Amino acid sequence: MTATTTRPRLSRRLGSTELVYAALLGVLAIGAVLVAVRGGNLFGTANLVDMLTRSSLLGFVALGQTFVILCGSLDLSVGYVMALCSLIGATTMAGDPAKVPLGIAAVLVVAAGIGLLNGLIVSVLKVNPFIATLGMGLVIKGYLDTTYKGPAGEVPSSFQQFGYSRIGFLPVSTAVMLVAVVLGILYLRRTRTGYHMFAVGGSAEVARLSGIRTGRVVVMAHVLCAVAAGVAGLLVAARFGTGSALVYSSGYDLDSIAAVVLGGTLLMGGRGGIAGTLGGVLILAVLDTVFNILQVDPFFKDVLRGVVIIAAVAIYARRQIDRKASRPRFGNGPPPEPAPDPPVPVGQGADR
Amino acid sequence: MTATATRTAGARAVAGRLFGGGSATVFALLALVFVAILFLNPSFFEPPSLMAFAKKAAPLVILAVGQYLVIVCGELDLSVGSLVGAQVVIAAALIDGEESRTVPVLLVMLAFGVLVGLVNGLVVTVLKVHSLIATLGMMLVLYGAIRLWTGGAPTGALSDGFRQVGREGIDMPVLRQLPWALPVAVVVVVAGVALMRKPFGRTLITTGDNERAAAFAGVRVWRVRTVAFVLSSVLATLAGVLIGGYAGVTAQVGEGLEFTAITAVVLGGVVLGGGRGTVLAAMAGALTVEALFTLFNQLSLPSTVRPTVQGVIIIAAVAWAARERRRPFLPPQS
Repeated sequence: MTATTTRPRLSRRLGSTELVYAALLGVLAIGAVLVAVRGGNLFGTANLVDMLTRSSLLGFVALGQTFVILCGSLDLSVGYVMALCSLIGATTMAGDPAKVPLGIAAVLVVAAGIGLLNGLIVSVLKVNPFIATLGMGLVIKGYLDTTYKGPAGEVPSSFQQFGYSRIGFLPVSTAVMLVAVVLGILYLRRTRTGYHMFAVGGSAEVARLSGIRTGRVVVMAHVLCAVAAGVAGLLVAARFGTGSALVYSSGYDLDSIAAVVLGGTLLMGGRGGIAGTLGGVLILAVLDTVFNILQVDPFFKDVLRGVVIIAAVAIYARRQIDRKASRPRFGNGPPPEPAPDPPVPVGQGADR
Repeated sequence: MTATATRTAGARAVAGRLFGGGSATVFALLALVFVAILFLNPSFFEPPSLMAFAKKAAPLVILAVGQYLVIVCGELDLSVGSLVGAQVVIAAALIDGEESRTVPVLLVMLAFGVLVGLVNGLVVTVLKVHSLIATLGMMLVLYGAIRLWTGGAPTGALSDGFRQVGREGIDMPVLRQLPWALPVAVVVVVAGVALMRKPFGRTLITTGDNERAAAFAGVRVWRVRTVAFVLSSVLATLAGVLIGGYAGVTAQVGEGLEFTAITAVVLGGVVLGGGRGTVLAAMAGALTVEALFTLFNQLSLPSTVRPTVQGVIIIAAVAWAARERRRPFLPPQS
């Protein structure tokens, strides 16, 4: 029933993902004009590479964060997981090209373990995700500060290629990130767990009553998020050539949440998607590159970013209010009495 | 083992009757931490060192009360940490060591605090931006704007009159010195408790519990929430005055305080998402966090390990409180 009533509206209004990419085009256009006034070319190879390189690191983290936020959860530990994974990767590889697979495997296992722990604390112990992942972040921070006094380990040059080499203007790390994004989109749209994530985020209680094991879905989202952060950590190690604990103070946790929300995913969960997140990441990367070319004061950059993020989310919020107003929730008649009221169709969260 | 179990159970029953629901855990935890400190270092409970503890804990208590007001109506304020930093830097730059400017600058800071709270509140309520993002944006803006203004490093100096409140106290026979910070914090907590008993406080909790029901009942939700944000920012300003007086001016003042304050409030059994918890519990949460820091000092734990212990304790305490909340209809075991 909902499908038939919403279809005509779908064609009329712009989905939030389209809006994100429209905004991205707008930012690109304004940026290109500003750079051109200064006599530069935003789409020159060097600038393109800069933009894409910037987007890869945040892209991985935000990709993982999307799963978690879709489930109505949150992960504030990603920055610490990144730092830990860069160190584990670099120390395991220890400059030996033969140990690269071992290093990658170690990172993935540790990251998945942390995600599992996060997910279990949130779903079994019922700790608010904000506190659970903040606490997990503190735990990792303590371990990092105690164990590693500075940069440690060494990444063999073969693995450093992951950080530096590029095909044409497309850095390898960005290509890998894009592949991961495509896989993520397929995962959300084509698999059962992917659909369940929307359902759990929309309403955990309704999802549970319709037979979804909500706990497992949340755990899965946290594992995916931590693994994505782990891959970002590997990328950090490949870029720096060594593991660095200081990554955790670069604010990737809050940045990734901002990118996800900028991409049109509801912070309360249940609505949104990875394609939008990629748009959000690209917007932030373009802004950074443009600010860099224009040599904007780094502190002014923070101010501008804060304003841009708030403004963008305010625009989405306005649209969501309109949508709520225009969509009759329970039809026109009174709600059906004893007949099992079909819970929010799982697919509905996925349509954008 | 059984002795401590019955003691905590007894304490929980008593505290539960007094303060209700999930906040009992924090009082038990607070007592436990104090007992641990007592065993390690009995001299901590001599009045002078207790007063020193109060002086150190007062800013966090004030921040926790402000954060409580925002959390209980269903929002979150991440901007308080950078607001504290901004206020201290503003004070130093404007006073610039001159005694006569103290009072006018305090008024400027108050106005700035109100402004920040108003912007936070209106962005959340009128523009409908989720408070996590709105206050995160405010945090970035404040952080950048202050450094842009001062050119990266704070300039100027605080006057002695300004530092009086955070650093000095009234000389007394037994306590040796009653720090100004203690009465200030007590006044804030008492005012908070009184406020929550007034219609406004009830409205605040109702709004956090069920926004739509509150709106149907005639609550002007946007106004209530905006006031909560303004109060949070004003209290952050007050905390900034204390912290500036106590610790002086550095570029790092206030960093991470927002998470400590939220942790303190949640440790007090106040539910993120709103509608549950008391001011006293939030205060107890703040005291517990500070007592934990003191305990770490007594144990001479290396500073690097502290976050780990802190993280584990926070998760465990909140999990424990959640466990109790899931069975609200069972009578407390005696």
